[in-house]
Amino acid sequence: MEENRKVSKGIPVRTRRVISYIVLIFFTLLCLIWFYILLINSTRSHAEMTKGFTPIPSTHLIDNWMNLVHGTLPIFNGFINSFIVAGGAAVLASYFSAMTAYAIHAYEFKGKAAASAFILAVMMVPTQVTALGFIKLINRMKLDDTLIPLIVPAIAAPITYFYLKQYMEANLPMSLVEAARIDGANEFRTFNSIVLPIMRPAMSVQLIFAFVGSWNNYFTPALILHTDVKKTLPVLIAQLRGADWLRFDMGQIYIMIAASIFPVVIVYLIMSKFIVGGISSGAVKG
Amino acid sequence: MKNSKVTRVNRWGYIFLIPFFLTYVIFQVIPLCSTIYNSLFENYRSGLKQIGPNFVGFANFAKLLGTIDVWNYFENTLFMWIGGFIPQIVVSLLLAYWFSDPSLRLKFQQFFKTVIYMPNLIMASAFAMLFFTLFADQGPINSILISMGILKEPFKFFASVTASRVIVMFMNFLMWFGNTTILLLAGMLGIDSALYEAAEVDGATSSQVFFRITLPILRPILLYVLVTSLIGGLQMYDVPQILTNGKGDPAKSTLTVIMYLNQHLTSKNFGMGGALSVIMFFITGVLSIVIFNLNKRKD
Repeated sequence: MEENRKVSKGIPVRTRRVISYIVLIFFTLLCLIWFYILLINSTRSHAEMTKGFTPIPSTHLIDNWMNLVHGTLPIFNGFINSFIVAGGAAVLASYFSAMTAYAIHAYEFKGKAAASAFILAVMMVPTQVTALGFIKLINRMKLDDTLIPLIVPAIAAPITYFYLKQYMEANLPMSLVEAARIDGANEFRTFNSIVLPIMRPAMSVQLIFAFVGSWNNYFTPALILHTDVKKTLPVLIAQLRGADWLRFDMGQIYIMIAASIFPVVIVYLIMSKFIVGGISSGAVKG
Repeated sequence: MKNSKVTRVNRWGYIFLIPFFLTYVIFQVIPLCSTIYNSLFENYRSGLKQIGPNFVGFANFAKLLGTIDVWNYFENTLFMWIGGFIPQIVVSLLLAYWFSDPSLRLKFQQFFKTVIYMPNLIMASAFAMLFFTLFADQGPINSILISMGILKEPFKFFASVTASRVIVMFMNFLMWFGNTTILLLAGMLGIDSALYEAAEVDGATSSQVFFRITLPILRPILLYVLVTSLIGGLQMYDVPQILTNGKGDPAKSTLTVIMYLNQHLTSKNFGMGGALSVIMFFITGVLSIVIFNLNKRKD
């Protein structure tokens, strides 16, 4: 009887464990192999690559980088521009989203429920559907071909707000705020000196998400930026694709892709513990 | 006395909301209104001649939906989304189930999660450029396949409708399955372990537990994943745009709706671009309402 039940329980645990490790290793390799090829090819010269692929790195990493920096694409400006845009957008998004979340969390006022519902409702509206009006507005504001329209709109970041508000509900006791009020601190100072430090763990995760989102953004910058030296990295990559790329030095193409991808990968690997935890914290309560 | 102080403090609620709403109105609401307004005008360039703007009512919508093109691009977009989504949900369910199964006691979970989530953070345009070079006629993939004896001569991936679409689907899968796994895992870890224990006492197999307990409880989260993925899928742009240099080759089989919108925006056909934007706004709007209700139920 006991034996029968064991059999009917299906595949034994050890076999299932082996299968799951094999599948997991397969998907791990499937995720990593592209970056491995990218890394290898970044170190090889154009001449070496035309002879076919080898899995062993070569010695031309620095040469490729130097050729890229001294080439026709203003890659150095691209880096600076991408850093300004992504850094600016990330700081604005996390600071002002915390402020918005605090307004909804800590105060009672008329229209609060409507305001909160509005932000949730517009959370999924994609920026592409308003892009036409956005370009026209930016033209009228004489901000076309500048970085400002890529940074300032980040103040209104509904998704960042949503995550920060979830965190605030769980981690910001109102008694702390009340204590500051009794001490006579004004509300703005309370927010900056008491609320923000408590929010720091969630804000740093959201800072990274906002940075990465803006760093990777291609659609809007491609419509706003026209002068080469003002372009961000994704726009320059698109330009590389649009050029007669067969005549391009492949070493330069690989090193440019690597240089656009690896800063984010390195930051991610350092912070991965917090980031992987942060993905599900807002979307799924449990 | 105390009451008036409370109201005075609460006034700060409005003040703290100003930055968000001011920014949102200027950079989203006004552009949305302007987009809708533009969709009602004939306004484009024909050669050197500027046509319009002339008020034409809903003629742009009729013209847009009257051509077969836009329907093809919707079909391309949905087809490539589904092709990425189905493997994504299957693999994510499987991995999340394994991660959450206490009897398996999988080690290195943090490592696996970190690796499978990583493609989600990669710049899609750079990733697409990478795949374009890897799968090029003289690229490493062809070189590897030839040296392994699988191919005799280079296969032209980007001249084949199937291969081009499969590459887009595969990239979408790769970029999103880690994210979905982690979302589903959070849902699975929230399931009361007493249910699993009861099933074990009753002698249920692990596949019975999965289909009879885990899946039904996960339904709201699965719906959330499905709808957010669909909204994201309708916005599919970066990957096919870079892979095909904005052309959607071969034979416009990988041209997505947003790529089509982008063509109108760059050629300054504001009437047609506006009409397409408004249609996309309504579709995503309806889908957003679904998400909104899901989120509200969770609160």
